[in-house]
Amino acid sequence: MIKNRVSKILDYFRAPESQTAKVAKDRLQIIIAHERGERDKPDYFFALQKELLEVIAKHTAISKDDIKIDMQRGEGCSILELNITLPSQI
Amino acid sequence: MAKIIVVTSGKGGVGKTTTSASLAIGFANRGFKTAVIDFDIGLRNLDLIMGCERRVVYDFVNVIRKEATLNQALIKDKHNKDLSILPASQTRDKDALTTEGVGEVLEELSKTFDYIVCDSPAGIERGAQLAMYYADHAVVVTNPEVSSVRDSDRMLGLLSSKTKRSEEGRDPIKEHLLLTRYCPKRVTRGDMLSLADVNEILAIPLLGVIPESQAVLRASNSGTPVILDQESDAGQAYQDAISRFLGEDVPFRFIEEEKANWLKRMFRFKEKEATA
Ligand SMILES: Nc1ncnc2c1ncn2[C@@H]1O[C@H](COP(=O)(O)OP(=O)(O)OP(=O)(O)O)[C@@H](O)[C@H]1O
Ligand SMILES: [Mg+2]
Repeated sequence: MIKNRVSKILDYFRAPESQTAKVAKDRLQIIIAHERGERDKPDYFFALQKELLEVIAKHTAISKDDIKIDMQRGEGCSILELNITLPSQI
Repeated sequence: MAKIIVVTSGKGGVGKTTTSASLAIGFANRGFKTAVIDFDIGLRNLDLIMGCERRVVYDFVNVIRKEATLNQALIKDKHNKDLSILPASQTRDKDALTTEGVGEVLEELSKTFDYIVCDSPAGIERGAQLAMYYADHAVVVTNPEVSSVRDSDRMLGLLSSKTKRSEEGRDPIKEHLLLTRYCPKRVTRGDMLSLADVNEILAIPLLGVIPESQAVLRASNSGTPVILDQESDAGQAYQDAISRFLGEDVPFRFIEEEKANWLKRMFRFKEKEATA
């Protein structure tokens, strides 16, 4: 019992950073949101991404980082979002 | 039609077999004809937890390979005649289970049983995928710990895409969260993810919360699933989970730290004296 009291008192003084459950929750929420996004993409997504990149690179001088491809699944339809930053001299 | 329930988790050692054994006994004790199948090929353990390890003659793989009939392989539970156990094989052959073979066994079982509980192996390999493939319900066993929660979410993804129901575009598998090895005390201290945290992240209906309990080890030592230990917190929590599965509205217990423990203990002591 005394041990219990002492640990309660210690808990009271414990810095909020040591409340590791909060950290765990935040980390989980971020990684799971990310993984769910990846999971919703169809199997052909990654092949599509690669081929699109090749086609665009054939005609313009862009790097892999200039092109963002994303897919969002919604009710009844999915949206393929293609975001390309072309160099200023086309 | 039988209801097929998979007990799954992704991560190993979180309590799937403990849960499968207790759920199976729970259904049988409520009068349902129940079968429980060990899908952990190569690592048979459900037989030990159910206390029937010395009565195993034929196993799941023998039935699939037609080396034995289903009736020869099924073991009648010693606690309840309405419960039968289909043990896993100890073979190292990874391809011993086939989609068709498992399908046939489940179809045959469906003719006589009301509930079929499938104890999944850990991981996402064949055994785990086949354990969930034909399921109508999934009990996702999760510990309040980061890797377990993440793996559970991964399993939810597979449940909604890699099962017969999803392939056929039928109603999705009904998912149930079972949070096990829960320590309210550590939650209060901020050391453990809380029930609310896990619930918020996984966002599926909560079937039960099983506390971390010494009764679980005692139960496996003696081969009597913990749900039969009616005095124990874990046993009662499993009973509650069964009630909820059957549609009863029961409050959650063992989720708050017990306050004024000494007072309770004193009363219990008094009670014991009185009955002595
Ligand atoms: N509520 C609990 N309280 C205390 N110990 C528990 C609890 N639930 C399970 N355990 C213990 O955790 C260990 C793993 O349990 P179990 O074998 O049921 O897990 P599993 O998910 O089936 O493992 P595997 O992935 O290897 O099949 C066992 O030692 C068991 O006694
Ligand atoms: Mg197991």
